[in-house]
Amino acid sequence: MFNRRSILKTAFAASAMSVWDAPVRFAFANVPTDRRFVVVILRGALDGLAAVPPHGDPDYKSVRGILALDTTGTMPLHDLDGHFGLHPALINMKTMWDQKELVVFQNISSPYRDRSHFDGQNVLETGGTGPHVLGDGWLNRALVPMGLSTGDGALAIAASPPLMLSGPARVSSWMPSVMPQPDAAFLKRVRALYADDPILRASLDSAIHTETEADAAMDDKPKTPEQMAQRMGSYGDLTPLFTGAGKLLARDDGPRIAVLDASGWDTHVNEGAGDGQLARRLRALDAGLDAMKTALGPVWKKTAVVMATEFGRTAAPNGNGGTDHGTAGAAFLLGGAVEGGVVKADWTGLKPSALKDGRDQPPQTDMRALFKGVLSDHMRVARRDLDGTVFPDSGSVAPSGVLFTA
Amino acid sequence: MSLEGAVAAQRFGLGARPGEIETASAAPKAWLLRQLDSPVDQPQPLDSGTAFKSGGDLVTALIQYRKDREREKAQATANMPAPDPVKVFFKTQVQEYSREMAARFAVGFTTQKPFAERLVWFWSNHFVVSALNPAAITFVGAFEREAIRPNVAGKFEDMLLASTRHPAMQLYLDNALSIGPDSIAGRISGKGLNENLGRELMELHTLGVDGGFTQADVIALAKILTGWSIDRDGGTTGFRYYPARHEPGDIVLRGKIYNGGEEAGIAALKDLARDAATARHIARKFAIAFIADNPPPESVARLEKSFKDTGGDLKALAATAVNDPASWKPGSGKMRSPVEYTTAAMRMLGWPRTTTDQDKQVKGVMAATRMMGEFPMAAPSPKGWPDSSDAWSGPDALLNRIQWAKELGNRLPQNFDALAVADASLGPLLRADTRAAMKSSANSGEAVALLVSSPEFQRR
Repeated sequence: MFNRRSILKTAFAASAMSVWDAPVRFAFANVPTDRRFVVVILRGALDGLAAVPPHGDPDYKSVRGILALDTTGTMPLHDLDGHFGLHPALINMKTMWDQKELVVFQNISSPYRDRSHFDGQNVLETGGTGPHVLGDGWLNRALVPMGLSTGDGALAIAASPPLMLSGPARVSSWMPSVMPQPDAAFLKRVRALYADDPILRASLDSAIHTETEADAAMDDKPKTPEQMAQRMGSYGDLTPLFTGAGKLLARDDGPRIAVLDASGWDTHVNEGAGDGQLARRLRALDAGLDAMKTALGPVWKKTAVVMATEFGRTAAPNGNGGTDHGTAGAAFLLGGAVEGGVVKADWTGLKPSALKDGRDQPPQTDMRALFKGVLSDHMRVARRDLDGTVFPDSGSVAPSGVLFTA
Repeated sequence: MSLEGAVAAQRFGLGARPGEIETASAAPKAWLLRQLDSPVDQPQPLDSGTAFKSGGDLVTALIQYRKDREREKAQATANMPAPDPVKVFFKTQVQEYSREMAARFAVGFTTQKPFAERLVWFWSNHFVVSALNPAAITFVGAFEREAIRPNVAGKFEDMLLASTRHPAMQLYLDNALSIGPDSIAGRISGKGLNENLGRELMELHTLGVDGGFTQADVIALAKILTGWSIDRDGGTTGFRYYPARHEPGDIVLRGKIYNGGEEAGIAALKDLARDAATARHIARKFAIAFIADNPPPESVARLEKSFKDTGGDLKALAATAVNDPASWKPGSGKMRSPVEYTTAAMRMLGWPRTTTDQDKQVKGVMAATRMMGEFPMAAPSPKGWPDSSDAWSGPDALLNRIQWAKELGNRLPQNFDALAVADASLGPLLRADTRAAMKSSANSGEAVALLVSSPEFQRR
């Protein structure tokens, strides 16, 4: 499909590239892997018992009370294996489960044991044993053994990369934008001004590269605020970001790693069960995943997506129909490269004696085991790197035996 | 123009307006501290609409809306469904929030007391309420006007109390709904505690995450604060203590027993405000904001000592930062946040340049700022917007700024004297190569775009 606009855009992309003589721009010609790995950070502490209800547990209904999901009726949960289910809103994820593209983790947690969102996210993203033990992100450190640390092999769908992807290795960031990109000559003049500011210079180089790529990938990039508003959809719609990520990842010369943020899980009040606040957010997430799968096209088969949150929430509802900060929760591994259809849960029940401090899901599986499993079996990172630089002091945490088809 | 005068406007202020560096240059430290001797500016509506509402009036409106909703629901029939009062109500509230923020931006563009305004922004990003929370959106403007602005040169504990008791905070961190399980209301309704405010009060507002508190303390503080809520009758402030919701009996918080209704909460907050961990937490955060991403430990220690010695006097704290030698060290500064960045550009250009369309111009800047990734009083979490250079220098963030700088240049008149503006706004901070690049620009619009894209303008 060639129209005037897309030809102009292609011409522009070419001219934008020609002004940059850095050879790194073409680094993807020999990218070391064609596998894709996406991490979705669920900020705010997703309620694991809402996303993955253990409906077969004898104490499920009584512990969850007003938050308990039904197995029948108008909003039934999706049964997975007779014991666990998926929240009714997770329709596309259920399809992935049926196609054996989804592994569900339950009672999983980072090594963090307190209940601060911000420290919890710090541990989840740094891969350290406690908050602020490490200063950069585990996924950034993993770029070196993956051979992706010299180009723009890793992309944050954000204005600036989140901590998980931040560190010494070079990464890029991208978001859909309304404003026209300035002409290449102007950008070259700005770049010259950054000669003594290496941070801004690296950042600008990276942005130009990704933007050029995105221009080529987005055949229907919105140009006006009205088109943009339409594209962004309603508040909380995740599909524009997930679609953008999918389109960029789908390119042969595109990034291999992407990180997305999806916040809005801190359900202290009126969480809702089959319908309500949390259900709407889960529906948006589920739609986003489906949009990314569509955008990835055949590359979906080479893709693994991990979705993780900083910690879970209390098993029982609080005084306001919500849940407070807890410990372990649920996580997900999905994608065409995943050999799924299993729930990995060291399930110990919901009796108060089985819960941590009598209130939280107990941390039975270390989140790093999941991350290490994907890095090891999908991205082919050696165990010595995983135990050394990527997740220091994690030798006792074995990579989770997740399976991949490709 | 002195280098110190330029640094004062750049690092402690909001970027210089025309003439500001001259004013500051005579005695830069005195110029900064003098700004704290009179009340800070209060935002005023830019349009001809109604005056901004107080917290009490806003609670009254919220209660009225809830009554309307119930009545409309009851009157709705199958053929005539009730209009969606939630939609109508929140549409009005979003508009009101937008008016408040436009007024706030305009204060930033024009204020003669830019250091005082920076302090307002700092404290509003410490005691965070966010418009992303639908319950709080109505209230965030009033929160800053009522709880933050009057206290930026006052006592920390007064700001802590004003913040905690404001309807915005009560709603944002869910305390308005928290009920003592053993209180009269708790036993009748079966409803209970909400830990959200109790936790963030200690973790974010006072002690800091490593300040020495446990989950048991979180529950204790939540219990101590039961009964604190929004006033069902609106009232003057919108805050009210409901004894029937208060958890009875002795409550142990960090080893100390509290008992005594509303006063127990006030006492607990004052104890937290005066705790050594709070002094440490605030000192570090203040140093990061005004000195450097990694401030020298001795600077942090001086701020901590000031906070402790003065019982949390925020004017003394500001003076300590101003008088710290590290604050005046030239060299690449911190990256401006998007709000600081667009504000600095508008100040440099001497906004308003026209008497008409001011509201529209501000809204345009607001939209651009939002796209750069930040918006006032709308932080993604109770922790507030990040205050590190890393957070604002990412590739996409930077490209957005350059795009905006270009658009900004395109809109300036042809005869615009870009170099004069650059000299007035940056003084000795304008680097030779930026000046040279501007000089060799095809037109003044491009010269301004280069200036606004330059490292010395991105940083402060």
